[in-house]
Amino acid sequence: MFSTVLPYLLSGISVGGQYALIAIGYTMVYGILRLINFAHGDVFMVAGILMVYITASGAPLYVAIPLVLVMTAVIGFAIERVAYKPLRSAPRMSIMISAIGVSYTLQNLVLYITGGLNQFYPSIPFISETITIGGASTRMVTIVTPILTLVLVILLVLLINHTKIGMAMRAVSKDFETSRLMGIKINSVISVTFVIGSFLAAVGSVLYFTNYTTVIQTSGNMPGLKAFVAAVFGGIGSVPGAVVGAFIIGICENLLKGLDTILIKAGWSTSMFGFTTFSDAFTFALLIIILIVKPTGLFGEKQTEKV
Amino acid sequence: MTKANPLLKPKKLDRATLISIVIICLVYVLAFVLEQVMPASSMLFTVLKKGATYALVAVSMNLLNGFTGLFSLGQAGFMLIGAYTYAIFTIPVASRLSVYQYYNGGLIQFSLPVVIAIVLAGVFAAFFAFLIGLPVLRLKSDYLAIATLGFAEIIRAIFQWDKIGFLTNGSNLLRLFPTFNDFNIRNANGDVVLYLSTLVPFVITGVCVAFVMLLINSSFGRAFKAIRDDETAAEAMGINLARHKMLAFCTSSFFAGVGGAMLAMYANSVQAKSFTTAMTYEVLLMVVIGGIGSVTGSVLSSFVFVACSEWWLRFLDQEQVINGWKVPLLRNGFRLVVFSLIIMAVVLFFRQGIMGSKELPDLFRKRHKLAGKGGAKS
Amino acid sequence: MSGNVLHLDNVTMQFGGVVAVNNVSLDVNEGEIVALIGPNGAGKTTVFNVITGVYAPTNGRVTLRGKVIAEDHPRGKMRKLYVGGHVYEYIHTVNNTPDKITKMGMARTFQNIRLFKSMSVFDNVIVAKHMNLKANYLSTALHLNGREEKQMREETLDLLRIVGLEDVKDEIATSLPYGKQRRLEIARALSTNPSMLLLDEPAAGMNPQETENLSAFIREIKDRFNLTVLLIEHDMNLVMDISDRIYVLNFGALIAEGTPEAIQSNPDVITAYLGVAEE
Repeated sequence: MFSTVLPYLLSGISVGGQYALIAIGYTMVYGILRLINFAHGDVFMVAGILMVYITASGAPLYVAIPLVLVMTAVIGFAIERVAYKPLRSAPRMSIMISAIGVSYTLQNLVLYITGGLNQFYPSIPFISETITIGGASTRMVTIVTPILTLVLVILLVLLINHTKIGMAMRAVSKDFETSRLMGIKINSVISVTFVIGSFLAAVGSVLYFTNYTTVIQTSGNMPGLKAFVAAVFGGIGSVPGAVVGAFIIGICENLLKGLDTILIKAGWSTSMFGFTTFSDAFTFALLIIILIVKPTGLFGEKQTEKV
Repeated sequence: MTKANPLLKPKKLDRATLISIVIICLVYVLAFVLEQVMPASSMLFTVLKKGATYALVAVSMNLLNGFTGLFSLGQAGFMLIGAYTYAIFTIPVASRLSVYQYYNGGLIQFSLPVVIAIVLAGVFAAFFAFLIGLPVLRLKSDYLAIATLGFAEIIRAIFQWDKIGFLTNGSNLLRLFPTFNDFNIRNANGDVVLYLSTLVPFVITGVCVAFVMLLINSSFGRAFKAIRDDETAAEAMGINLARHKMLAFCTSSFFAGVGGAMLAMYANSVQAKSFTTAMTYEVLLMVVIGGIGSVTGSVLSSFVFVACSEWWLRFLDQEQVINGWKVPLLRNGFRLVVFSLIIMAVVLFFRQGIMGSKELPDLFRKRHKLAGKGGAKS
Repeated sequence: MSGNVLHLDNVTMQFGGVVAVNNVSLDVNEGEIVALIGPNGAGKTTVFNVITGVYAPTNGRVTLRGKVIAEDHPRGKMRKLYVGGHVYEYIHTVNNTPDKITKMGMARTFQNIRLFKSMSVFDNVIVAKHMNLKANYLSTALHLNGREEKQMREETLDLLRIVGLEDVKDEIATSLPYGKQRRLEIARALSTNPSMLLLDEPAAGMNPQETENLSAFIREIKDRFNLTVLLIEHDMNLVMDISDRIYVLNFGALIAEGTPEAIQSNPDVITAYLGVAEE
């Protein structure tokens, strides 16, 4: 029984960590700007595409990987400056529409450049090696992901809690206006937030596409949406919350994918119920339940507003 | 009280409105005449039919997002419900066995007249909107957007589920239902005598958009706008937020459902997986370009949008060679890139869109005290 | 004797650790103009918000003509704020929503003017009559309720004439000068046919002349429409001029109550506003 469940559990942990790295970007941007960055998932996808093209042009991996990480961070920074900053004083809907516009643009750009053909992610030595754990065959990336995610998250939490810029970020997410009045350089804080979020998304993309090696312009949609749900689930604005939420979603989603097989193996059902179709919809169902039952999420903060 | 106070006559029947009505009638006549005269395969009619369909959907979205201020991204889900309702109820009984080939002809073994099916499409969409709205309409704008987006995805997944394939045909497409072209009147030889395939979508959209315009200019329309402008104040003025938001949501979804039915009639086949969030995004962008808060704008921009993507900007997708020099950049997909950049430009620099919040009659009114509109915050 | 219109019974409003309103009891009687004053942050607008159903009180109750319109409730308590305050627009699970309160005859204005920004002066006022609509959704949408609509329009025009905004009726609300915007907000509240009016700092931002006009205006509409008025105000000239009675709030608690003369010479009030005199 355990051996039937194990492969799904492992892939759940793996993809959960990858979602976590994306989710952090969502949660931090929302905490500061109260904006759902619809384009974040597409930045993740662009990171994947960049890797494909950079390695295809001959660069060795020890050059390509850092280059991809840096370029993605720059892209995140640029998007904020071009598409969000000018609309900071506009009504909320405008900036959300802008985010949707950026998402649309990025997808069309990549569609144009790749011609709509599937791109194949280069194989990265070490993390794409196959290994066996407890009888289930998987890749090294399954082990590396949670460890790397945890390390990065710990570093990020240390940064937020023990550095000056981290304190500025916390202040801005608590009270935007007052922080500005107190002399905090809002633009720098916002830029740093986007840079960190995009950087982590790029790391996530390296891990994710090692597993799911096809990259096309829509590759960012589902991971992006799921990572956002994870951020809400864990409590929007909370980095640890986003990470926990992401792992839970990754695991549940994969268990659901395998539920048919598991139930049959366990003798509890005799035919395929068709759960796989719903593994994507599951995440959304979870989102809606959370929003209704406990909208602050697992670790969210209670907030009050003055009329 | 003074009798027949001229200040009281609603602005409806003034000169500008009459001019607008005349222009709209002329457009209808033109479309009808052109269809008899021009070859049926011309791109113009593709644009007109698809444009009319999306015009209705854009107006329905504008009613919700633009006039009531509810940022919902679930349009594609309601279009899906409408399209499927229409298709399921109008496939001729004789064809059901071949369409539902894996499901023994499917559950429904009768078919309804087209008009009834279209109304049903709207009704079912509105009903699902009611169910979804109960938990969701209380949420703040960002969360409303994501929750409605989530519901649209769930609906899409459910409609592809093969366990209910006896109704929906699972992940196979639905076809053989009446389409726009079926409205053309043929003679005994099967040749078309009178083309109606463009007039029909125009009429459907026209009737629906007329209703929406009447609604917006009614007391409820004012209530919706009040909710958009300031919910707290609207509530303090006696407007029940939950009830009115639900009314707007269901009305908008009704017309999105009708739009979905029209999409089915245009596309000749219906498949759940084509009703993606990208479809909703495109409708949203149409609304933004047309001007949030302008029905005329939504209609105009839908036609422009469809024309650009299906017809006018097509040249950007073709490789051009001029004097032996290959023009760079022009190849498949460039059209969409240019498109996206234009949209970003509108979103960033022309937030008012084509029409701002003006309607067609306003174009013909002398610019009197509308100085106030320019002074209002954009 | 005049009957009691509004009664607050030991109302407390707590936001987490902050006690914004502390055990406040007050009365407003038929035909009175009662003022609620106090330094900034004393909790005055919060009192209004409890009365009008924006917040559910942590403790205590509010009655309107003897009928309880707001009271603390274990489930209703603080739900609007605590449960996902940044996620939900409103919860209102238990207590009366503001629209119900308005339907009971109590209308309010806001401290920061909350006009309907994109709508004309005329529309701002007529939309307040929507709550009394008798025709159903479909009939109204199809403009089948012509007579009702005409009557609403007539009433709106009359009201605009009374308040002196008839000449700007088609202007966009936010294009009006500040003083007229304030008057428009009051007109809009009057449009709901209230029996009681709650004015939140109606004179804010006005110069002495405008304030004097406002003073006369409030008295005039009170007489004309048979209103009872509760107002929050900082401008002492206005307060002393038109109030029958005054309540003074400081740090959420009532520190004094009485006629304008009594309040003016009350040492606690002076201390609250000016601080303790320095030697």
